[in-house]
Amino acid sequence: MKGKISSVYGSLVIAEMEDRVVQNSVGYCVRSDGTRLLSEVIRVRGQLADLQVFEETRGLRTGDGVEFQAEMLSVVLGPGLLGQIYDGLQNPLPELAERVGYFLKPGMYVNGLSTAAKWAFTPDVQAGDAVASGDTLGTVPEGIFTHRIMVPFGWRERFTVERIAPAGSYTIQDEIAVLANAAGQRRSVTMQQTWPVKIPLNVSRRRLMPTEPLVTRVRIIDSMFPIVRGGTYCIPGPFGAGKTVLQQITSRHAEIDVVVIAACGERAGEVVETLRDFPEIIDPRTGRSLMERTIIICNTSAMPVASREASVYTAATLAEYYRQMGLNVLLLADSTSRWAQAMRELSGRLEEIPGEEAFPAYLESRIAAFYERAGAIELADGRIGSLTIGGTVSPAGGNFEEPVTQGTLKVVGAFLGLSRARSDARRYPAIDPLDSWSKYRGIIEPAKVARMRRLLTQGHEVRQMMTVVGEEGTSAEDFTVALKADFFDNCVLQQNAFDAVDGATPAERQRFMFDKALQIVDLELGRLDKSHLREVMVRAADLFRNWNYAASGTEEYDRWLREIDRFTADRGRPMP
Amino acid sequence: MRKYFNSIRRIAGNVVTVDARGVGYDELAVISTSRGDSLAQVIGLDGPEVSLQVFAGAHGVSNNDRIRFLHRPMQVPFSEALFGRVFDGSARPRDGRGPAYGDPLDIGSPVINPVRRRMPDQMIATGIPMIDVFNSLVESQKLPIFSVAGEPYNELLARIGLQADADIIILGGMGLRHDDYLTFRHAFEEGGVLGRAIMFVHTAADPVVECLMVPDLCLAVGEQFALRGERVLVLLTDMTAFADALKEIAITMEQIPSNRGYPGDLYTQMAKRYEKAVDFDQAGSMTVLACVTMPGDDVTHPVPDNTGYITEGQFYLRNGRIEPFGSLSRLKQQVNGKTRDDHRSIMDACIQLYALCRESREKRDMGFEMSAWDRKLLKYGLFFERRIMDLSINLPLFEALDRCWQILAECFDPAETGIRRAIVERHWPTGLK
Repeated sequence: MKGKISSVYGSLVIAEMEDRVVQNSVGYCVRSDGTRLLSEVIRVRGQLADLQVFEETRGLRTGDGVEFQAEMLSVVLGPGLLGQIYDGLQNPLPELAERVGYFLKPGMYVNGLSTAAKWAFTPDVQAGDAVASGDTLGTVPEGIFTHRIMVPFGWRERFTVERIAPAGSYTIQDEIAVLANAAGQRRSVTMQQTWPVKIPLNVSRRRLMPTEPLVTRVRIIDSMFPIVRGGTYCIPGPFGAGKTVLQQITSRHAEIDVVVIAACGERAGEVVETLRDFPEIIDPRTGRSLMERTIIICNTSAMPVASREASVYTAATLAEYYRQMGLNVLLLADSTSRWAQAMRELSGRLEEIPGEEAFPAYLESRIAAFYERAGAIELADGRIGSLTIGGTVSPAGGNFEEPVTQGTLKVVGAFLGLSRARSDARRYPAIDPLDSWSKYRGIIEPAKVARMRRLLTQGHEVRQMMTVVGEEGTSAEDFTVALKADFFDNCVLQQNAFDAVDGATPAERQRFMFDKALQIVDLELGRLDKSHLREVMVRAADLFRNWNYAASGTEEYDRWLREIDRFTADRGRPMP
Repeated sequence: MRKYFNSIRRIAGNVVTVDARGVGYDELAVISTSRGDSLAQVIGLDGPEVSLQVFAGAHGVSNNDRIRFLHRPMQVPFSEALFGRVFDGSARPRDGRGPAYGDPLDIGSPVINPVRRRMPDQMIATGIPMIDVFNSLVESQKLPIFSVAGEPYNELLARIGLQADADIIILGGMGLRHDDYLTFRHAFEEGGVLGRAIMFVHTAADPVVECLMVPDLCLAVGEQFALRGERVLVLLTDMTAFADALKEIAITMEQIPSNRGYPGDLYTQMAKRYEKAVDFDQAGSMTVLACVTMPGDDVTHPVPDNTGYITEGQFYLRNGRIEPFGSLSRLKQQVNGKTRDDHRSIMDACIQLYALCRESREKRDMGFEMSAWDRKLLKYGLFFERRIMDLSINLPLFEALDRCWQILAECFDPAETGIRRAIVERHWPTGLK
């Protein structure tokens, strides 16, 4: 299947085909110096195929050849994905750096998995066993996990195991099994398989209702706006409000098996931070480096826009693969707006009729389809795996009324809206406690959460009233409500991400802390004048904040806790 | 043998369409017109038709002018001979001296592999407390100054350029008024940095296409020096002019506009430039400071908005001061934990208290009674503005921190500052009442 380039406009190439072509299949544009540039067929009109090129198109000429392939844009799945740093098309970046140095070279592609590495394979089935797609044939250890070698997901028939390799060490290209279908046709299985990135990967008995809380150790999320394993959430916010920091914290502290980070059209520096830090951070739950549970898909803003569009799908496919092993996976996409913009750029090049803000008309359905790849599933053998998707949104001008935010809000289970006012006042995480919502149930009893939400709303109302009637026009009761709301906000909802202790609060401590804060909020402060009321609550906040910085189990922790208890017992009044 | 093409089919805006064969996308051409030779760049191929963006503009191009293709992208000569020189957006000298010689360097080099970037960890001290204390500038950072016409943003940029500790300074001027260009030049001469400075200047009177080339020229040269181990500081002003040039050309090319007429790839185009800021693993670094004027002081305008999403923070320059709210250096956490143990606490506390002070001021302005707490805040706000925020203040970091403690102690009790007790005990100034 061959063709010739007839037009070039930015990342869009139009080619004349000689014979058939498959929509969404892969093509290579061959530059006159022999460099082959990866591209994807995105539209076919008569003998013309429109290709989006995943590289800079500099130097392409009309008349240059195009080689079309039969398969769609796919990724390689197999042991060795964890700990990798890929570009949007699954090229391992460290290996590219070794081969070509400081810069990425267009047309340079490397297999996503090492073909030389050997894995210790243990068979799980015997010759004669019946298997179907997704069933485990054997396992290899991959870092902290047992990586399951599964019957390729695309094989829809039932098979009998004809031969299975004995325990031993194999590369991903060695044959580890031979399967025969009902008609007796044999197929060879290796430890690697491919899957087209734009097709959701889900081989399971059924999809479950996600209910298990996913603890992120960010208090305002876990306590007030929880997320669950298999659920979805979005973090829209203007620039500088802390979206990326929040995603980074989540990727570190979330109580989950595998984290896939899709840095999509964002700053390279942020990825560098992750990839320099993670190997050195020890995950207290496993005692191993965080990198061993992480895959980074890195398509920074300067990289070609077409591969930015592909990168979120690449990330989703790798995440789904680990879900098939019965693991809990978290996919963090930062930022889905850049992905949407990539669609907009390509749509513009295709001269499609633009929708709102020039985004294509199919924007919302693409966003919905992406988030729908999340979910908790029950596998054929009864194990449960989950994929949670959290995406940041970077709305133009910080205005949530724009198409990407609105399209996302319709399909996610939790909305963690960041507010400029809060980040300006250095109240981090800058999640707005009044606007945000979650449809999930978390680690704190809903009645208690509702109580605090009421307090925050009332506190906000009083504050607003105070801007009109002033402090002197506010009753002592109302004033107390405002102070207590501030206290809860400052001491429980806000967290110093850069402090080792305050930055991550485990579920148990959060519950305990929430109750302690409730005790203070429920205190009857009695008849005090406003400056005394303020003094009392300043003291409460001071004690609480110091307690937040004290590591659990230390003498310091106990001391501050004792002071807080004494404070509560005395109703905030100092001992005479 | 040189091959010329002269069957020009269309001339529209700055874009000329000619029939030609064997031409590569993004390559350069020379068009010879009655007004002289001009460079042009291939921006579209459609069958036999080649669309060219003419740097000098299409004024005076006739439909049988000759075009020669150079079969290479835009280049800039690279050597030490560039120091002290001034060029225009086509890399021609604009200082009246002869051409600069050097190895030809392609502009718009490929993307830097993220794994070859270092984690930035060197603070660039500027002597401006609002930067050093509250939003430290870090080597390899890309940081814009958001401002409006009439503010002294170019002066601030020049001052940072002079005071910051960098090996090489590269200035990229886009849509500059001629007097602004002279001001920069004068400042660099006065400050004695001209010998390690290079300028690429496009003035408002020059053809608009040349404006687009200025950042690429600066960054290509800067990158090459950084690869040789130098610490480069690139100053770009004004990036809004660059974005407007993009808009003008996109509209000429009949691209569908996305937001207020700007093309849909505005983010990508700007990111491609800003992302060149880098700290190379085992080589030098390039820091990019840019001015962005906000039309109508509106930060939600597409140019500042997209910039904010690309850059690692932003400084707001308003009323001659760097605003404490909204101004942000995203990389400050990489460096301010290693300066002094109280740096972060001071940074947070001073801003939080100043935010409260503004609330109190609003209340006061509406005629409400001031509580004792309000009065403390008002006093603090005044001190903070006079002794820290004022742009004329030049103080080394530690002295600035000490001054902050002094102000806090003059206004508050320790617990009211919200600073952790252990830090307060170490730094609270004694002997004050």
